[in-house]
Amino acid sequence: MPTVFVPVPLRRLTGGEHRVTVPGATLRELVANLDARYPGFAAHVTEDGRLRPGMAAIVNGEATVDGLRTPLTEDAEVHFLPAVSGG
Amino acid sequence: MTITEKPQQQYKVIGTRPIRHDGLEKVTGRAVYGADVKFPGLLWGAVLRSPHAHARIKKLDVSKAAKMPGVFAVMTGADLVDLESKLVDMGEEIDNLAYTTKKLMADDKVVYKGHPVAAVAAVDLNTAQEALKLIAVAYEPLPVVLTVEEAMAPGAPLVLDDLVGEHLTGEARNTNIAKHTRYEFGDTAKGFARAAVTVERTFKLTMVHQGYIEPQNATAQWNQDGKLTVWTSTQGAFNVRDAVASILKMPESNIRVIPLEIGGGFGGKIPIYLEPVAAVLARKAGRPVKLVMDRKSVFEATGPTPGGTIRVKVGADSAGNITAAEADLRYEAGAYPGSPVGAGAQCIFAPYRLPNSRIDAYDVVVNKPKTAAYRAPGATQAAFAMESVVDEVAERLGIDPLEFRLRNASREGDRRADGPIFPRIGNVQVLQAAKRSAQWNAPLGAPSAPHKKRGRGVANGFWFNGGMKSSCNLAVNKDGTVAMVEGSVDIGGTRASIAMQAAEVLGIPAEDVHPTVGDTDTVGQTDVTGGSRTTFATGYAAYLAATNVVKQMMGRAAKLWEIDESGIEFKDGTFFSKSDPELRLTFKQVAEKLDETGGPLSATGTVNMRGAGGAFSTQIADVEVDTETGKVDVLRWTVVQDVGKAIHPAYVEGQMQGGAAQGIGWALNEEYFWDDKGNMHNSSFLDYRMPTALDLPKIETVLVEVPNPNHPYGVRGVGEAPIVAPVAAIANALRDALGTRFTETPMKPSRVLAAIKGGTLDGAATAASSNGASRRGRR
Amino acid sequence: MTTQPKKARVSTTVNGQPVDVLVAPYQSLLEMLREVLGLTGTKEGCNDGNCGACTVSLDGRIVDSCLVLGAEADGKRVDTIEGMARPEGLHPLQQAFLEEAALQCGICTPGFLVAARALLEREPHPSEERIRLWLAGNLCRCTGYDKIVGAVRKAAALDGAGNGRAAG
Repeated sequence: MPTVFVPVPLRRLTGGEHRVTVPGATLRELVANLDARYPGFAAHVTEDGRLRPGMAAIVNGEATVDGLRTPLTEDAEVHFLPAVSGG
Repeated sequence: MTITEKPQQQYKVIGTRPIRHDGLEKVTGRAVYGADVKFPGLLWGAVLRSPHAHARIKKLDVSKAAKMPGVFAVMTGADLVDLESKLVDMGEEIDNLAYTTKKLMADDKVVYKGHPVAAVAAVDLNTAQEALKLIAVAYEPLPVVLTVEEAMAPGAPLVLDDLVGEHLTGEARNTNIAKHTRYEFGDTAKGFARAAVTVERTFKLTMVHQGYIEPQNATAQWNQDGKLTVWTSTQGAFNVRDAVASILKMPESNIRVIPLEIGGGFGGKIPIYLEPVAAVLARKAGRPVKLVMDRKSVFEATGPTPGGTIRVKVGADSAGNITAAEADLRYEAGAYPGSPVGAGAQCIFAPYRLPNSRIDAYDVVVNKPKTAAYRAPGATQAAFAMESVVDEVAERLGIDPLEFRLRNASREGDRRADGPIFPRIGNVQVLQAAKRSAQWNAPLGAPSAPHKKRGRGVANGFWFNGGMKSSCNLAVNKDGTVAMVEGSVDIGGTRASIAMQAAEVLGIPAEDVHPTVGDTDTVGQTDVTGGSRTTFATGYAAYLAATNVVKQMMGRAAKLWEIDESGIEFKDGTFFSKSDPELRLTFKQVAEKLDETGGPLSATGTVNMRGAGGAFSTQIADVEVDTETGKVDVLRWTVVQDVGKAIHPAYVEGQMQGGAAQGIGWALNEEYFWDDKGNMHNSSFLDYRMPTALDLPKIETVLVEVPNPNHPYGVRGVGEAPIVAPVAAIANALRDALGTRFTETPMKPSRVLAAIKGGTLDGAATAASSNGASRRGRR
Repeated sequence: MTTQPKKARVSTTVNGQPVDVLVAPYQSLLEMLREVLGLTGTKEGCNDGNCGACTVSLDGRIVDSCLVLGAEADGKRVDTIEGMARPEGLHPLQQAFLEEAALQCGICTPGFLVAARALLEREPHPSEERIRLWLAGNLCRCTGYDKIVGAVRKAAALDGAGNGRAAG
């Protein structure tokens, strides 16, 4: 099952848990399952059915380019981080 | 010098130093920059700016200006429709539309000095400037907040009444803290408890500017069919198009943005300032309008990079292993949310493997211009703090500063302090190369006068680099050359670095690829020239397009030889039959027969790249301090950087040297000098002191090639990483020279002199130290 | 325009060609070159004499053209970047800038070239220190100056005698 690293501000939703394992074959499924378990989670990371602008999903160390459609392996490691912009 | 990690594939074009394709136009004065465009009937625009850093506009009367002879149009904030609050991705910049129009032109409140209030278009610049004087504005000044401390204090005046802050506890109102984020791993309290040495210091930085020599400019013209053309100096034509479309509420496809040559950007030419203003004025006037900023406005009203306050605490055990680290970063966003504090937080601990870490980051609005990206945005400030503290920990443990960094260096597979695992990185290789470098192994030498002291400092810096969207079109000419249209604005030789990647695939000389920078109507979507992404991502698009060309050319060769395509191979610019050694044709020979084999041949490459691979840049500074004047001279400098694979090494060296030079200026002289009303007092190149040729030594470069596995040639971004380490490297060198640890920028003569005399410029207490000379004994 | 002062006639020589133009009394030499004559190779970076992007040669002396009035060019000889190359080829400095990758964005390049030419005309073989001092009036934000200094040294080595190709 993919492992999600819970951003500090969202740990209030997970009862303080730093890492949770949640099923999901895609990022979209994972977010839906997260939200079912921790209501309000999806609203923090998605908007209008997409990743929120300014939010990057990092899957196995790399920012995704396919957004919520990104497929996840069983051992995937998922982070939700602010998108970094360069100069 | 170039150090390659292992023997690599032999290239014909990559790694060579051809003359850049656009060079001739640039050395003869023929290259057309934004301010050079001219059209029949062109009007000049000028912008009226707020003299107050924070004030309510009680009255705004433009009627006299509108009636002045020679004036064709006047606009105010009322001409821009407010947009609903919504975050949008502007390509490397996340913007809240609610503030987008207010940033361009104030509505009922100005929030920084220089905030646009009105604009006019007139027959010439002089008339436009005279007309501005006829605009009557009544301001009610409001209390200003200028530092993160003032802005975060309870009861502080609010910069933005409607700001909804994202805090750890949820949404917050009546705040100047736009965002508070935190990253946390392990248990720092336990980590510090195991430490033999713990150092905690607080650093303060002032705002600095990118300092590009060409001011912002924009020219707009409407056609009778409602279509708009904009000529501008920007890092990204497509992000200008999309932003103008959302501001003017018109379809993107009705706007054509033509990027002209750009005189420097460094991140500062990602945001838009003039384009929609020129468009509104041009629509009202019914004639094309050109706007060019003056230097004072560039300083006061474009996007500098933030000052702020950073606290860092690092503990290490007696063996020299870091046991815990904490950072608290508070950056000035300027008058609207969106400082690069997030990136600073994600970079601050990146060079280190940390068992326990905590990072807090605050994005704080103040009555200063809205900050923008500046080369590795947010990372230089962070590195100043972290690399100073790391140096001090190493010193207290009696460990060589490079050895200490190596012992704790992050490697592939390590977890970053913000969470993700590092991919293949060159941190260790860079530190090792720094240890072997000529400068590190050369004696510092005796001071040139009895009242002078010398010191050497080292620091490391990390930047992520970017990927994102790029497009490239190739068309084969019948003489065997190839026309290229690519979407990345060329700020520093990227036409060459992109064309070279296509040439390598095609097996033809770099000169035989003729690159042109496309506009929004001639090439596919391409994100900004920024984030050190252009040679990586647009280069990859060129690689894909060229690979596609080769495939089609094989089909043409198959037709010529009347054999099946599968029987053909392509190597070193030659097509040949796998079975018949007689059948060989060069790229050029196949091109000459295009008309006989099906006609024109073109191909496209498009990418949305990930896997940019971060870069590390370790820098060594030798300085000499005049203890009578406080002036610091840089004697020698080396930049050691993980560059992936240098496509055009001369321009890679140029990026490393240029980044170091900007960092040296930041360290020693550059600052926004404010009064307590929020007025900048040094908004000219005379008083905002950037390094000149005389201020800098030769900047030595060591290119460490640790290929990026996510690019066919191993390219990593190189542009941003070199600005990260210099400020800290100078601070560490000054510590070595004087025994004083500087915790504020810039380390200008007055501050250095105050420290030498045993105090500080600002009267605050410093942790004086006396064993600065001890480290030199090693060398 | 009622607010416009009367323009003055300026007779000057630009890049070897005699030129008569009408210039407003407030217009700088930089404006005259760029706006009246269309010679946009001379760049504006600050308009207050601190960046050197607008460097031109006036009767053989380099000046920041933003600090000189157009009217002051009357009877004088102005040499700009546009006159630096000859039909038979680039000036050695231009060639050296290309070969040494001495430009990135290119906005400061015309000013550096005009300033460097004036140096080599006076001192065909300047030291690195001398080059850095001479060019300290020209700001470059991209290169860190290293490759610019290298290009000037290369041009000096090739053609340091100031063999009369330069216009100043």
